[in-house]
Parts: sequence; C-alpha cells; structure tokens
Amino acid sequence: MIRTHVLVCTGTGCTSSGSLATRDALLAELKKHGLDHEIEVVETGCMGRCDLGPVSLVHPDGTFYKNVIAADVPKLVEEHFLKGRPYEKLLPVDPQSQHAILTQADFTFFNRQMRVVRDNCGVIDPENINEYIARDGYTALGKVLTTMKPDQVVEEIKASGLRGRGGAGFPTGRKWEIMRAAPESPKYVVCNADEGDPGAFMNRSVLEGDPHSVLEGMAIGGYAMGATRGFIYIRAEYGLAVKRLHIAIEQAYKVGLLGKNLFESGFDFDIEVRIGAGAFVCGEETALMRSVEGRRGQPQPRPPFPAQRGLWGKPTNINNVETWATIRPIILKGAKWFASIGTEKTKGTKVFCLAGKINNTGVAEMPFGTTLREMIFDVGGGIPDGKKFKAVQTGGPSGGVIPEQHLDATVEYESLQKLGSIMGSGGLVVMDEDSCMVDVARFFMEFCCDESCGKCPPCRVGTRQMLNILDRICAGRGELDDIKKLEDLAAMVKDTSLCGLGQTAPNPVLTTLRYFRDEYEAHILDRRCPARVCRELLHFEIDQALCKGCSLCARACAVQTIHKVDGQKKFRLDTTKCIRCGACFDACRFDAVKKTSPGIHDALQEEPALAAKGGAA
Amino acid sequence: MNLEELKKLKEKAQRQVALREGNKKYRVVFSMGTSGIAAGARDVMTTMLDELDKRGLDNVEVAVTGEIGLVDAEPMVRVEEASGEKVTYAKVDSAAARKIVSEHLEKGKVVDGLAVGKVKEPEQK
Repeated sequence: MIRTHVLVCTGTGCTSSGSLATRDALLAELKKHGLDHEIEVVETGCMGRCDLGPVSLVHPDGTFYKNVIAADVPKLVEEHFLKGRPYEKLLPVDPQSQHAILTQADFTFFNRQMRVVRDNCGVIDPENINEYIARDGYTALGKVLTTMKPDQVVEEIKASGLRGRGGAGFPTGRKWEIMRAAPESPKYVVCNADEGDPGAFMNRSVLEGDPHSVLEGMAIGGYAMGATRGFIYIRAEYGLAVKRLHIAIEQAYKVGLLGKNLFESGFDFDIEVRIGAGAFVCGEETALMRSVEGRRGQPQPRPPFPAQRGLWGKPTNINNVETWATIRPIILKGAKWFASIGTEKTKGTKVFCLAGKINNTGVAEMPFGTTLREMIFDVGGGIPDGKKFKAVQTGGPSGGVIPEQHLDATVEYESLQKLGSIMGSGGLVVMDEDSCMVDVARFFMEFCCDESCGKCPPCRVGTRQMLNILDRICAGRGELDDIKKLEDLAAMVKDTSLCGLGQTAPNPVLTTLRYFRDEYEAHILDRRCPARVCRELLHFEIDQALCKGCSLCARACAVQTIHKVDGQKKFRLDTTKCIRCGACFDACRFDAVKKTSPGIHDALQEEPALAAKGGAA
Repeated sequence: MNLEELKKLKEKAQRQVALREGNKKYRVVFSMGTSGIAAGARDVMTTMLDELDKRGLDNVEVAVTGEIGLVDAEPMVRVEEASGEKVTYAKVDSAAARKIVSEHLEKGKVVDGLAVGKVKEPEQK
C-alpha cells in the first residue's frame, strides 16, 4: 500500500529549475531504499512558488520543500522517508521570524490564499484524468447535461455575478445570454489562452496544472449557448500547456467525456487546439478569431460583435482560460456561494501573478476586494533587501502604475480603473526605489510598439512617436515640451486606435506622468535620473577612501578606463572614456564605486561636454 | 459515459488521491529511529501496509517519526485518533501489526495485551 505521496511540481517554472532531474533522482533513491512500494512520486502542475523551484509537497505530512535539486535528494530521502523527520535544509524560511516553515498550512503565502480556480493545481497529476475525476471532475458537466436546461445554466452564471477574467470584466452570464439568443447556427465557443502580458503566467499555470477544468467549462458553456464545437487558441511558446491540453483532450475522448452524446443527453461537444505564433494582438478577440481561421491576426472593427458574426461568420463566444475554469466550481457549489465571495460589484476570486521586486514570486489566488497592500506585503512577503516600495504595475502593458499612496485600494475592476490603471489579466509587477518610472514607461511602450499589428496608423505611428520621445528623455536629450507632446499623443492614440492594444498602450505613460511627473521633469530639466537607471545620465567614480586596490573594478571594465595612478595603491576612473555600463559598480565588494546621477549643475564642474549638451537643449 | 459510470470511476479514483485530502480517522506513527529500525520496524511497517491494503482500509494514514525514547520497547507504534485519543503499542511484530489492523483500525477495539499506554490529550477532555 502507498502510504506517502511526494508531489513534484513539473510546471514550466520548476521544470526549468530542474524538477525533472529531481523526479528521476527521487524515483531512483526510493527504489534503492526499497521504499518504492510505499511511497509514490506524483508529477503535478504549478504550486505557485516558482522562485523556490523545484518545489515538492509531501502528503499526508503536508511538508513543503523548496529548491529540491537532484543532488539533495539522497539526503532528503534518508531524512524524511527513512527516518521520518523533516529535512531542514530544504524547508522554506519565514522572512519575518527566520524560522523554518514545517508545513504548507503554516506558510503565509499559501494560507492567505483562497483557491477556487486553482483548487486542483499542484494537487493532482494533470496528465491523469482519473485524478481530476476523483476531485469531482466532470460532475458539473454531468449535472448540467442531466438536470438543467440551457437557459437555467445561463441564469446560474448570471446569478453568480462572474465577470470575464481576460481583463475587461464584462459579465459572463450576459455574454452567454446574447450568444444563446443568436439565431444562426452552427455556433462556436473559444478559449482565449493567448496570455501575452509580460509578467503574467496565471493562465499557463491553470492549463498546465488542471487542463480538464477548462475543457469541462467549455463543454458546459457549449451546452448553455448551443455550440457543439470549441477551440482553444494558445500560443506556441506554452509548449507544456499545449502538450497537457492534448493529453487531456485525448483522455476525455477516450472515457467518453468529450465527443458524441455526452451523459446520454444527446449533446455532442468537440474541442480542438489551435496554436498561435505568440503575437500580443492575437489576444484581442477579433484578431484571435482571424488567427484561428488561419488568417493573419489583425483586429476588425466592432460591431459586428463575435456573438453576431464570429468564426467563419457564425456566432462565437470567447472567454478567457480562467473564466472557463471558474464555471465548474460555480455549477458544483452554486451561484449563491460564488456570489458570496468578493465585493459588491466583482464576485469570486482572481488568480494573480506576483513578479518583479517582491520576495514571493509566483501565482496566488485571492478574493476580489483584497487590497494591494495585503497582496504585496502579506502574500507577496514584501520587498527584498530592505528596499522601499515604489509602485506596482497592474494589467501589463495595457495597465498602469499605482504608487504607494494608493496601496490600500482594493483590487477590482472599478477601483483600479479609477486610479488610471486596469485589472487586466491579473499581473502585478512590483517596483522598488531602484526602478526609474520613465524607463518603465519606455519599456512598456517599446513592447506595445513592437506588438502593434500595423493595421491602424494611430497605433502603428503613434506608439512609435511616443517611444522616440521616451527614448530621448531617458538618454538625457529630452526637450521642454516633451511632456506635453506625450500627453497629446497619448490622448490621440487612446481615442482613435482600432483595438484594445492601441487604446490602452498609452496607459503606462499616462499613469507614470500622473504619479511620477517629477521624475520626468528631473530627466528633462536637470538631466538627472533619480533612480539611477538611465545609463546616459549616470556618473561613476571611485571613492579613494574606500578603495582597497583589489583591481576587481579595473578587470570588469570593458573599456579599460580604470587605472592605478602611478605610485599609488588605489584605482581611479577616467570619466571621459567611461561608457557607464555599471560593471565596476557591480564588481566592487567594498562600495567604493559610486554610482550617481548628479544632473546638470554638478555635471557642469566635472564634465564640460555633458554640460554643453544640456545647455544647448 | 453516463452519471452512474462517472460515479463509479470517481469512487475508484478517489482511493488514488485520498492520501492528499487529509481528514483520516486514524494516523499510525512508526518510531523509525536507529533503535526502531534495528528492532525491525521497517518490516513491521511493510506488513501493516500490506494488511491495510488487503482489508481496503482507506481512513488510515501511516507515518514515520524519529526516536521516541523507550528503546527497549521497540518497535513501537502509536495509533492516533482524529478525536485526540492516542494508543501506543510496544514490541510490535508482524503478527501484532496485523492484529492492530484487524482489531483497532478496522473495529475500533484497542488490542489490550499489546498497548503500553493510552493517552487522552488534556484539552480534548
């Protein structure tokens, strides 16, 4: 009999930190000790703490292990499985108390979460349909097909208050109702798995960890709206998610949970996977549909909306991965239960991705109405290295930054919109005092400019012009009216672009201008980067009092501009040749290399060349 | 596939993942320190797992722990009940292990001759 399950995360995050080698080592080591008949190794999807990978969870003890690399496995097996005591070296440590955390239940990151959508992720083997079925899998579909009329299903989703998780937050039940009423046939349902925001990977984690929940949601939606075919549109970069979707679909057909006459109700449902090339614009629904049809992914004007004329001109409903995965718990536990979670306007939970300058990087599911502060400082564990929080970017390149004074804002569609940002798909990129907000805006603008499909000029030309201005400001060549130009261009791009990509692309610029205007002004007027990020505005020198003469900086320098002055033990940096790459700053172990952004006034004395350039502007 | 078939499939599959759900009625803890292993605790545990499997008991979780301290009474096995009651068995051999399964874990009767101590947690009173 198996007495213990060792769950090893084989999601994309942990796989890239070596969890497959860990799995193999575990299997070999358990066999060596003759434990393979009582201890089973199970591969699961993402558990949520990608930064601690490879992670592993031991049941029934509930012990959570971090950084389980293959080399540590022999000792782990000896300690935990043979002798029955936790292997302390691999236990996570509480950042506040510095104590080892013994079980997953004691881990703040996990016990502050509420898992509705990700209930199965990191618990079941996503490549085994039986484990999904054991946790009530396909019971919701069975219930819907045998006891409910399509209209009742739509009503149930409406009553739950579920809103689309892709970003816009349109009520899902209402969307289904419109589609159900569409007179034409055939109809199609589509799962939008073209997750493209930098720093967002919540959809990937659901697809990798619990693919059947998406399939089941789509089948329920198909029944409710009168569609018998579903498409999952996913980007090719998500290789593991694609593989697991294919396995899940194949297994579901095999046991008869997809295909003809499901649950003997006469309802047929088929699902196909369509792979995209990973263009950001293909997350926009009209561009997505064109791509599914095999055409170039470019948006179309709306109306007609997809529910009127979608795939191949037929009524089509498109929902995000997370929306589809939320259908099952709503059917199983009821609309009332779901509506009791969250806030007045936004019900349920949301999966968030924590990334950037934050202690706990990973995926966390929280009810709507949680404040940004709780999200970043409780679940996220705060900012590393004692640095100060500066801002958080929500909603990816379409969203905006939110500064410290609004940390107590609740996370829901309306409240973030009021602050000039958006909820988006749920990515939270945290920035500390070392982040330059002009540089952040430049980064996101570069992303949007690259990803613009080029169909409409406001987006194609406008984002390029905005990027040129931002590039100029970061390089210390900003002009006095650049801020005004940025604001005018932003308004034009926002108002006149064809699709959501262009309409939201100016958001990072607008919000950084709103909350961090002084940084723009410092760049333009003083030629100074307060966060010391923008390379052209930096100044390096070596503090003679602190220099030990170790030569690390001189060896790191790519342009040989750091030398010992004759007869002296210490190094000096010749600023005329310095390219301001920062390699010496990173190399010095004694804080002797000083990185400053002195601005135009100080620069006057030290560097006439820079001052002349600044003066001319 | 109909609802009945799905239910059957689910019941079968549930045994596979039951370990991860928690909430077992019994937790059996083997003392697996050096003295426990030397006294044969590993074989006893294998026997017990085999017996549990044979009887299809799935409300029991089996765990190992370190040295308990009463070295000459090894192999020692502690049966903890969800209610907080704990019974410790001493000098458990394979036959005794099977008996603990059939009497205590299946029927809820403490095997008197083998038990050395029966502790009720104070806060549970």
